[in-house]
Amino acid sequence: MDRIPILRMNEFLLVTIQVDMHDRLAMTLQDDLTEQIVRHRARGVLIDISSLEVVDSFIGRMIGNIAAMSRVLDAETVVVGMRPAVAITLVELGLSLPGVRTALSVDKGMDLLRTSFHGTPNGAS
Amino acid sequence: MTEHETRPIRSSEDVVIVRQLVRAWAIRLGFSLVDQTKIVTAASELARNTVDYGGGGIVRLEALSDGRRIGLRLTFEDKGPGIEDLALALKDGYTSGGGLGLGLGGAKRLSNDFELVSKPGEGTRVSITRWR
Repeated sequence: MDRIPILRMNEFLLVTIQVDMHDRLAMTLQDDLTEQIVRHRARGVLIDISSLEVVDSFIGRMIGNIAAMSRVLDAETVVVGMRPAVAITLVELGLSLPGVRTALSVDKGMDLLRTSFHGTPNGAS
Repeated sequence: MTEHETRPIRSSEDVVIVRQLVRAWAIRLGFSLVDQTKIVTAASELARNTVDYGGGGIVRLEALSDGRRIGLRLTFEDKGPGIEDLALALKDGYTSGGGLGLGLGGAKRLSNDFELVSKPGEGTRVSITRWR
């Protein structure tokens, strides 16, 4: 597998990372997401990392980069589903992902994106 | 169980293989999920350094016992350019490459024992141990 699929749902892009990514795959995802935010005029990006057993400094940097790039492109990024052991390790590693919005589940993450875009979690403006 | 194992690390795909191998060893040695995650993450940082800065090398995995405790020691070795200033290399935020500069210091924090030996022009050996 040489690409992580990106799904489009209205004005949002959804990514579920289900493989242990090598570094080039992570860089490709970062580039693909940035390109698709612009192409689809996306307003939000939801990244589900609930399958990831490890987030090291490289993946952490990629997540931070995606959040920063999407902000510059007028979109919000929410990272959802981080495992507790991953959160503990990430902070001890020295990465607290400043500027990255997080939610515990895909549902909560979607609510967060809809609220920041529509003003309400159910999508009505 | 074999008491030690050595694997080459040459590419970013090998870094993924090292993560999986260390995970399998940590599970077999009975580490908790948090401890597994810590040593696998530390291994990922050091394996990447071996590729990016050392030009490739090897990792050696060893099961240890001091009579009371079980431990897992990982030793990463390369014959790359080596590190001029060890204290600087361990400092958070310092990088001679394009990374965040958290690899070495982070791996040290995620381990119980840490040993770094490097000679400019000869290579680098980093050894970490996590005790159960």
